[in-house]
Amino acid sequence: MTNPTASSPVGSLPPDLSGAVASTSDASSRGIEAPRAPRRRVRTGSNFEMYSWLFMRLSGIVLVVLVLGHLLIMNVLDGGVHRINWGFVAGRWASPFWQIWDLAMLWLAELHGANGLRVIINDYSRRPGTRFWLQVLLAVSVVLTVGLGSFVIFTFDPSMGS
Amino acid sequence: MSQTVESRGSVTVPPPRRGSVYRGDAGMWSWVAHRITGVLTFFFLFNHVLDTSLVRVSPESYNEIIELYKNPFVNLMEVGLVGAVLYHALNGIRIMLIDFWSKGPKYQRLMLWIELGVWFVVMVPGVYFMMERTVRVMFGGAE
Repeated sequence: MTNPTASSPVGSLPPDLSGAVASTSDASSRGIEAPRAPRRRVRTGSNFEMYSWLFMRLSGIVLVVLVLGHLLIMNVLDGGVHRINWGFVAGRWASPFWQIWDLAMLWLAELHGANGLRVIINDYSRRPGTRFWLQVLLAVSVVLTVGLGSFVIFTFDPSMGS
Repeated sequence: MSQTVESRGSVTVPPPRRGSVYRGDAGMWSWVAHRITGVLTFFFLFNHVLDTSLVRVSPESYNEIIELYKNPFVNLMEVGLVGAVLYHALNGIRIMLIDFWSKGPKYQRLMLWIELGVWFVVMVPGVYFMMERTVRVMFGGAE
């Protein structure tokens, strides 16, 4: 190849600039870039993994309050699990505050947990087929749990007990 | 020198390691525990949404399933769940401090010991209040 600029990733730059950059990666430099050469951008297509990383931290800090509060009320305070029955749940969901609390906890915990499991599946599954089907199974379980849980919170009927 | 080295011309090559290659420290074990507690909690959550959904079916079916949680063995598993979730929460706070606080990486090991200390201090009264009634009834006490 006579013209190194033709196959260069910076071919869209103005001729003077692209010539200068391309000269750092032609055959004589053996692929070693000149000191302080501009770093080439790696195109990944999306920032999904960065947003996933950020989501784990943002949802995590909210879940610390929602989940530890839930565990404290349901398992530790005032007799813990022994006082829980249908009437206890009905009494709590009579208040929109606890409905919103539980709904937010359900959605955040499911998405936080599913994203964690997605990473774990990607880390440990060895064959693409295994990975694909485990991810499908995970997605189905999330849709089922979030859907069913939200449906129950929104359509709960307190008069059922009387 | 503690390791034998093989010389190939001017290049010194250390011998290949056998067995466990990655020799992580406390940081690795805290990461392993974070994964395990996270997965356990996720599976519990799946189950928990299904059992709570019975409130929509009938008061009787919900009360029947919640009785299961008052069984001594299941009560002990709840203590395990609370311990796992508490570890995951505290270690998550530590991860956020490592990521976002400029001195986080420097103090990550100290923060792990603080985290385990807090875990222990919270779990002692937690276990007491969660198990007190179960143990009392087991030894013939009043309900």
